[in-house]
Amino acid sequence: MLLELDNLSVSYATRAGPIHAVEDVKLTIGEDEVVGLAGESGCGKTTLIKSLLRLLPKGARVTADRLAFKGQDLLAMKDADFRRRIMWNEISLVPQSAQASLNPVYRVGDQVIEAIQEHTETTTANARARVEELFDLVGLEPRLITAYPHEFSGGMRQRAMIAMALALDPALVVMDEPTTGLDVLVQERIIRKIRELRERSRNSILLITHDISVIAEMSDRIAIMYGGQIMEVAPAIALFEEPVHPYTLGLKNAFPSIKQIGKPLISIPGSPPNLLGGVTGCPFAARCPFAVEECRRERPALREIAPGHVAACHRSGEAVHMRNQASEKETWQFSKSVA
Amino acid sequence: MAVLEIRGLTKHFEVRPGLLSRLVGEGRAQVIKAVEDVSFSIGEGEILGLAGESGCGKSTTCLLITRLLEPTSGEIVFKGVPISSLSGDDLTTFRRKVQIIFQDPYESLNPRFTVFDLIAEGPRALGLWDAKETEERVFAMLAGVGLRPEDYRARYPHEMSGGERQRVGIAAALVLEPELVVADEPLSMLDVSIRADILDLLRGLSERLGFSCLYVSHDLSILSNIADRLMVMYLGMVAEIGSIEDVIATPRHPYANALVEAVPAPDPRYRRPVPKIHGDIARPVDPPPGCRFAGRCPHAADICRHDPLPALFEVGAGHLAACHRLGELA
Repeated sequence: MLLELDNLSVSYATRAGPIHAVEDVKLTIGEDEVVGLAGESGCGKTTLIKSLLRLLPKGARVTADRLAFKGQDLLAMKDADFRRRIMWNEISLVPQSAQASLNPVYRVGDQVIEAIQEHTETTTANARARVEELFDLVGLEPRLITAYPHEFSGGMRQRAMIAMALALDPALVVMDEPTTGLDVLVQERIIRKIRELRERSRNSILLITHDISVIAEMSDRIAIMYGGQIMEVAPAIALFEEPVHPYTLGLKNAFPSIKQIGKPLISIPGSPPNLLGGVTGCPFAARCPFAVEECRRERPALREIAPGHVAACHRSGEAVHMRNQASEKETWQFSKSVA
Repeated sequence: MAVLEIRGLTKHFEVRPGLLSRLVGEGRAQVIKAVEDVSFSIGEGEILGLAGESGCGKSTTCLLITRLLEPTSGEIVFKGVPISSLSGDDLTTFRRKVQIIFQDPYESLNPRFTVFDLIAEGPRALGLWDAKETEERVFAMLAGVGLRPEDYRARYPHEMSGGERQRVGIAAALVLEPELVVADEPLSMLDVSIRADILDLLRGLSERLGFSCLYVSHDLSILSNIADRLMVMYLGMVAEIGSIEDVIATPRHPYANALVEAVPAPDPRYRRPVPKIHGDIARPVDPPPGCRFAGRCPHAADICRHDPLPALFEVGAGHLAACHRLGELA
C-alpha cells in the first residue's frame, strides 16, 4: 500500500469554536492506482490533501490513527524531514491554479530546474537535460523552456505544472482540479497526456475534482466526500453503476450529460452543513430523502457493501430500493422550502 | 416573429502600439476581430445556446446585444427596431426589456445592498412602480426563484451561498419583465448539486413569463439540457447553428464536430475519441484571410485558406454550417 489514512481529522480553531473540516477519513491508495476524490465546495477535499502535504495554515490541528506512506509513519516525521525526503521526491502536487503557481518574472524552464535542484543534488546541466525530457514528455516544445509564463496559454501552463510535479519521478502525484477552467478540447488533451504518462511511469495519482465526468474518465477507484467525511468509496464502475450512498445517487442525478439531451436533472435540496462545532449524526441527513431518526442521531460508519466498496449509510442494506427511488424527481422534493 | 434578429454583426477592437514601439517607428495598430459577420435570430420564448471556447466571441456578442458595446458594423434588431436607432425613452425601455445575468454571483451583487434593495434597484431607477407595488413584485419574484421573502429580504450577499446569490441575480433581472434574457455562464461558479435547480428555474420561468434567452456556456452538457437551439462559434465566426438535437447528434462543421466529441461523459466505461483537429485556438489578432478554423482543420483545402469566410449553408431544415467543404465531408 502506497498511502494509508486511518481516521484522519483536521480541525481549525476559530473564535466561534472548532471547525471540523475533515473528520475520520479512511482512505488508501495503492501502487499504480488512480484514486479520484470528488465532492463539492467546502466538503473538505482540499483540506484533506493539504494536511497530507503539510500545507495547512497555523492553527489547523491534524490527528490520525495512522498516516503512512510506503509503510513509514508520516505523523511522527519532522517537517524538515518531510520536506527533504517526501515532498516532491515521493509525493508531488499539481496545484489548482497553474496561472497563479508560476512566477511571472522567471523563465518556466528555470523554475523547474530550481525545483529539481532544491530537492536533489543535481548539476545545472543535468537538471536542464531533465527539463528537456519533461517538456517533451508533457508535449511542450523545447523552445518554451526559455519562455516566460505569459507566453504560455492556460493549457500549456497546466502542462508545465505537470512537468514540474513529475520532475523527480514521485510515487504519488496529487492533482487538485487539474483541468478546471480549461476549455474542453484543452482538457481532453491534458487528460489524454496524463493517461499516456501513466502507461510509462506508473505513478499513482490522487485526483481531486468536482467534475464527475473527469473523475469517471480517469479513476480506478472513486471516493465521494461530503461535509468533511467520506461517504462512499468504490471501484469506478461500481460507483457509477451500483452506487449506494444517497449523496452519490443525488450527485449522479444532478449531472447533465450530452448523451441524454433534455434529460431532466434533479437537484439535491438544501445546502451543505455548517461544520462549526461538528455535526451530530450523518452530515447528509438534512438533505437526504431517505433519512430516518437514527441518521440524525448517530453517525454511520463506513461499511463494506462488496469487496472494495464501502459506504457510510445506515440504510445501505436498502441500496436497491434507494437507487430506484432516487431516480424519481418527487423523491427529492420532500422539503421544497429549503432553497 | 423573431424577438432578436442579428445581421452581419461585426466588432473589431483596435489595439494601439505602446509608446516605445511608436518612438522607434515599429508601431502598427493591430486589429482584434472579435466578432465577424455574425447573423442569427432568437424566436419568441426560445432558448438559444451559444457555445465555444475562450476567445470565440461569446462574451463580446452578449455585450453587443445588450448595447453595452457598439458594433463596428452590422445590425441588431430587437422586436423589429434596430437598437442603434434607440435613444431617450425608447432606449430606457430597451434597457428594461433586455436583461443580463452574469457569470459570477460573488462579484455581480453590490455587497452593501440587502436582497430587497438589490432586486428593487432596477424598478426604482426606472420609476416603474410605487413603493407598495415594488414591494409586492419583489416579494413575488423572490418566491418565484425559490427564496422565502420573509427569510431573505433583509439579507446581504455575504450571508448567502453561491446558489442563493445566483437566484437573487436572476430575480433582479426578471423583476423588470424582460423579453430577452442574456445569461452569460450563470452556472459556472455553482456546485453541481444545485445547478439543476437553477436550470429548472430558468426554463420554468422562461415558459411561465415567456421571455426568450441567449444562454452562453462553454459546457455542451449543460446546453444540451436547457437549449432549444444551439449555435457554435469559433474565433468570432458562427461555425454551426441548428436545433440542439441536430447539432449534437450530427454536427457538420469540423470544429463543431470536434467540440461535441470532446465532451466527457459521467460514465467510467466511456472514452472520448482522440480529436482530429490539431493546434491551439489562436488569438483573433489580424487573422489571415479565409476560414478562421483552417489552420486547425483536418479537412482544410486551398479554398479554405484563401477565399473569404465561408457563409452559413443550409444542411437540413433550420440547420446551417459555415464550411466550404460540406459537400465533400457529408
